[in-house]
Amino acid sequence: MDENIRLQVTRYRPDKDTVPGWQEYDVPLRKEWTVLDGLNHVKNEVDTTLAFRWSCRMGICGSCGMNVNGEPRLTCATFLSDYAPGPVTVEPLGNFPIVRDLVVDIGDFMAKLPRVKPWIIRDEEKSVDDGEYLQTPEELDAYKQFSMCINCMLCYAACPVYGLDPDFVGPAAIALAERYDLDSRDQGARERLDVLIEHEGVWGCTFVGECTRVCPKHVDPAGAIQRYKLKAAQESVKMFLLPRAFR
Amino acid sequence: MSRHVADDLTYRRPMSVWWWTRRRSYFLFVMRELSSIFIAWFVLYLLLFVRAVGRGEAAYEDFLDAAASPWLVAINVVAFVFVLLHTATWFLLTPQAMVVAVRGHRVPAAAIIGAQYLGLAVVSAFVYWLVTR
Repeated sequence: MDENIRLQVTRYRPDKDTVPGWQEYDVPLRKEWTVLDGLNHVKNEVDTTLAFRWSCRMGICGSCGMNVNGEPRLTCATFLSDYAPGPVTVEPLGNFPIVRDLVVDIGDFMAKLPRVKPWIIRDEEKSVDDGEYLQTPEELDAYKQFSMCINCMLCYAACPVYGLDPDFVGPAAIALAERYDLDSRDQGARERLDVLIEHEGVWGCTFVGECTRVCPKHVDPAGAIQRYKLKAAQESVKMFLLPRAFR
Repeated sequence: MSRHVADDLTYRRPMSVWWWTRRRSYFLFVMRELSSIFIAWFVLYLLLFVRAVGRGEAAYEDFLDAAASPWLVAINVVAFVFVLLHTATWFLLTPQAMVVAVRGHRVPAAAIIGAQYLGLAVVSAFVYWLVTR
């Protein structure tokens, strides 16, 4: 006999509702089922009107982030059995505006990401004929952890600073800036610093540390931000003390 | 059929003033931030103490009398608890902010935290020796 577990899911239909409400669904509690499997069961068998984002089902696309029992989680990597006997609340990712049901508007993050220029910047681009930019394993290790970010935005949902001040650049964007700063092939640190040295950049962060705790890829955005603060502070002191030629 | 449709139909969830009471980690964070006030208090208290010592025997006795008042003792006990919290939490966070490498290898977090406690113990022992010698 199949056992069930109850999902309490946020519903928001922008054409009908003024505020989000709850709807309950009973789904089979199977050992290998994740919260996302439960939602897909609802979508396929119970209620086709439920809206939510997902894609890869294997923790790499970063689409299926939602607040599960109040905690930002990748629903494809969160097992229903861990919440038995339930009920399990499934809400849209925190701190983002709700578009519909469990779908949030990620436009703000998408606008912020390119501002920190998360790509390799060269003073002078080598031509293809000159070959690749070589890198030692140690040089790779310097930034590898920060390159694991999948842009799932769980860190934004966990960050009270972002919740209170939506202008804050935010954990993932700063971690990605650090990822390129630490890359031996990159020469764009100065350009990124101009964006991140602003109040809404690294100084907005008060080191709550929740971003690091919820990160499903162990990126440690909080660590990246504090390291950036150190760098920004050093730059500020240099600007103040050193003549232009030595900066 | 004309139904008014606002430009933005997204729903923005308001953030409660009490957001920091909803989760243990948020609560600890706010307490850590709050502890700065008590650090500032201890700095002020120490400066007042030094001033009293500088003004001579009578001022020093007055300061000790004031320090023994129940109110001040209560404030200082609370402040001390917050200072302990402040110290412990910041020591715990240091390895995240500082990447220390020795001979190309990253120093483990436990070593950095341990070194800070060791430093604290050494300084405390020195101060203790200075005061009681």
